[in-house]
Amino acid sequence: MDNFVDQFFNLDLMWQSLPLLMKGLGVTLQICVVVIVLGGLGGLLLAVASDSRRLWLRWPTIVYVDFFRAVPPLVLLIFVYSGMPFAGVNLSPYAAVILAFLLNNSAYYSEVYRAGLQSIPPGQIEASRSTGMSRLQTMTWVVMPQAVRNVLPDLLSNTVEVVKLTSLASVASLGDLLYRADMTRSMSYNSSPIVLAALIYLILLWPLVRMVSRFERKQSQ
Amino acid sequence: MMHESMSSLSAASTVGTSNPFPILELIGLRKVFGQQVVLESIDLKVRPGELVCVIGPSGSGKSTMLRCCNRLEEPSGGQVIVDGTDLMDRRTSIDRMRQKIGMVFQQFNLYPHYSALGNVALALRLVKKMSRAQAELTALDALNRVGLGERAGHYPHQLSGGQQQRVGIARAIALGPKIVLFDEPTSALDPELVGSVLEVMRKLRQIGMTMLVVTHEMAFARAVADRVVFMADGHIVEQGPPEQIFQSPIQERTRAFVEQRH
Amino acid sequence: MGGVQQFSQVFLDPAIINQYWPAIAGGLRVTLGLAAAIVVVGISAGLLLACLRCAGIRSLNALIIAFADIWRALPPLVVILIFYFGLPGIGITFSAWMVLFLTLSLVLAAFSEEIFWAGIRAVDRGQWEAASASGMRAITVLIWIVLPQAMRMSMPSLTNRAIAITKMTALGTVIGVPEILYQASSAQSFSGSATPLTMGALAYVALFLPFVILGRWLESRMNWRRH
Repeated sequence: MDNFVDQFFNLDLMWQSLPLLMKGLGVTLQICVVVIVLGGLGGLLLAVASDSRRLWLRWPTIVYVDFFRAVPPLVLLIFVYSGMPFAGVNLSPYAAVILAFLLNNSAYYSEVYRAGLQSIPPGQIEASRSTGMSRLQTMTWVVMPQAVRNVLPDLLSNTVEVVKLTSLASVASLGDLLYRADMTRSMSYNSSPIVLAALIYLILLWPLVRMVSRFERKQSQ
Repeated sequence: MMHESMSSLSAASTVGTSNPFPILELIGLRKVFGQQVVLESIDLKVRPGELVCVIGPSGSGKSTMLRCCNRLEEPSGGQVIVDGTDLMDRRTSIDRMRQKIGMVFQQFNLYPHYSALGNVALALRLVKKMSRAQAELTALDALNRVGLGERAGHYPHQLSGGQQQRVGIARAIALGPKIVLFDEPTSALDPELVGSVLEVMRKLRQIGMTMLVVTHEMAFARAVADRVVFMADGHIVEQGPPEQIFQSPIQERTRAFVEQRH
Repeated sequence: MGGVQQFSQVFLDPAIINQYWPAIAGGLRVTLGLAAAIVVVGISAGLLLACLRCAGIRSLNALIIAFADIWRALPPLVVILIFYFGLPGIGITFSAWMVLFLTLSLVLAAFSEEIFWAGIRAVDRGQWEAASASGMRAITVLIWIVLPQAMRMSMPSLTNRAIAITKMTALGTVIGVPEILYQASSAQSFSGSATPLTMGALAYVALFLPFVILGRWLESRMNWRRH
C-alpha cells in the first residue's frame, strides 16, 4: 500500500514538479486554442464544400475528410515531423504538431458541421432567400445559428478530443503537459508526475464531459 | 387601430386595376425535372391589385409554377417578368427582385431562433439596410396588420399554427412587395385555424395587395378571387372569373375537378 | 516532372517498399488483432454497463457515471504511460500489448456505455409500458424490445467512435508494441528513407477507410429515415 502511494501519489514529488507541469499546461492550452480555432474554421469551410452541389468541390472534400479520419493522428504527426524532412521540408516541432492536428481535426469538425447543416430543413433557406437575403446572409443568420445549436454536444465533445489529442505533442518533444510530466517521471523513476498530469487533464475536461452528457440527454428528449 | 395601418399600406402600394402593365407575367414557362415535364407553355398575367387563385389536383405543377415566379425553382425555359424586369436576364439581381416578391409557405418556415418580431425584422435589417430601431418599427407595423402586434416577442414554438402563418405573411409584406406569392398557405393548418389566415388575406386584398395564391380552399377562391386559374398535368387548362370556373366551366376537366370538390 | 520523380523517390521508393513490406504486413496483423480485441471487449463492456444502469440502483449508477466520465476525459497516452511505467513499481507487470489493449478497451467501454445509454433513453417510453403491460419482466423487455431499437440508433456514433479509438493503437509505438506505426518508424530509421512511413499511413487507410465509409453510410441512412 505504501508502495502504491509512493509510486503514484508521492506528494513531495508532485509538489516539486508542479511548476514545470504548469509551464507544460501553458503550451498545451496554446496548441488547443490554435487547433480549435483554425480547425473549427477549416472544418466549417470543408463542411460547406462537402455539402455543395458542385461535384468538383464536393468529392475532393469528402476524400480529404475520409482520408484524414482513417489515418491515426500520431501517424500524421510522425509523418510530418520525421517524414517531411526527407523531402527537404523542415518544420519546427511546434509547426509540425499544429499542422498534423489541423489536418486531422478539421476533418472531424467538418463532419460535425455537416451534420448540423443537414439538420436544417430546406424551407428555412427558401424562406430566407425569398426575402432577398443572399446566400452568405442566409448562411450567417439563418442556417449557422440553428446548425451550431443542433450539434452543440458534438462540437463540445470534439473539443474535448482536441485537448486529449494534444498529449501526442509529447512524441514530437514539444514541451507540453505530458512531455514535461514524462520527463520528470523518467528522471525520478516515479509515476507521480504523470498521475498529476492526469489529474490536471481531469480537472480540465471533466466539466466538459459532463456538459456533453447533459446536452445529449436534453437533445434526445 | 388595425384599420388605420391597413389604409396607410393601401396608399403606399400600387392600387388601381386600370394600370395596363401586369405586375407578374409568365410567358411560355417550362420546367422539366430530368425526363419529366412538369410545366409546359404556361402563360399567365397578374395585374396590380388582382388576387389570382390557382387550383388543380396535386401534382398538377401549381406549386412549381409559383416557385418559378421568384426563381426558388429554376425555370427550364420561358420568361418570368416581374414589375417590368425579366427575372431570367443574367444582369438582373435576383436578391434585389425578391424584395419585390413576397412569399408565404405551406410550412410557414419561420426561423425558430428568432421571435415573431425578429423573423419579420431580419430581412429589413440585412436587405433593406435599416437600423435596428427602424426595422423593428416597420416589423411591428407589419405584425399589427396581421393582428399579432401583441405577440411580437413570442417565439414560433409559442404560437399556434395560424399565428405562425400570419407571422409568415407579415414577414412577406414587411418588405413592401409588389406581389405576394402564397403556396398553399392553409394546407398545414388545423381546420379551426384556417379562418384567421384567410381573413388576413382578405384584408390584404381589400387594400389592393397583388396576390397569387395556390390553394385548396375552394370557398375562399370562389368568394375572394378576381380570377381563378385551373391547372392540370403542367398546363393551364382554363382561367376566368370565379363564377365561370365554379359554375359554368368551359373545359370538361375543370368541370370534373370542381364537381368532385363540392 | 523532376519534382514528381524526386517526391516518389523519397516517399514511394520501390526498393524500400520491397524490402520492408513484410515488416509492415506484420505490423498490420498486430494492429488488426488489437483492434478486433478492443472492439469486442470494449463494446461488450459498454453494453453491459448501459444495461446495468437501467436497473436504476443509485450507488451503482454513480459508479458507472464516474467510470464513463473519467475514461472519456483522460488522454489515452497518459494512461498508457502510467500503466506501463508505473504498475511495475508496485509489482504488477503487463506486457506492452496488454497495456495498450486494456487502456483502449476501457476508453471504448466508457464511450460505448454513454452511446448505448443515450440510445436506450431515446426509445419511446411507450415501448417499455406496452411490453410491461403484456406481462414481460423488465429484463425481458430490455433485451427483446428496447435494446434492438437502441442498438440500431446507436450504430452510427458507435462505428465512428470505435474507429477513432482503434486508430489509437498507433500509440503502441511509444511503448514498443510492434504494430504498424512502430514497424514503419523503425524501418524509417533503419533505412533512412521516408517510404516506410508512407507505407504505414497507407496501411492504416486500407484498414480504416472501409469503416469510415461504412460509418458515413450508416449515418446517411439514419438521416434519411428521420426525414
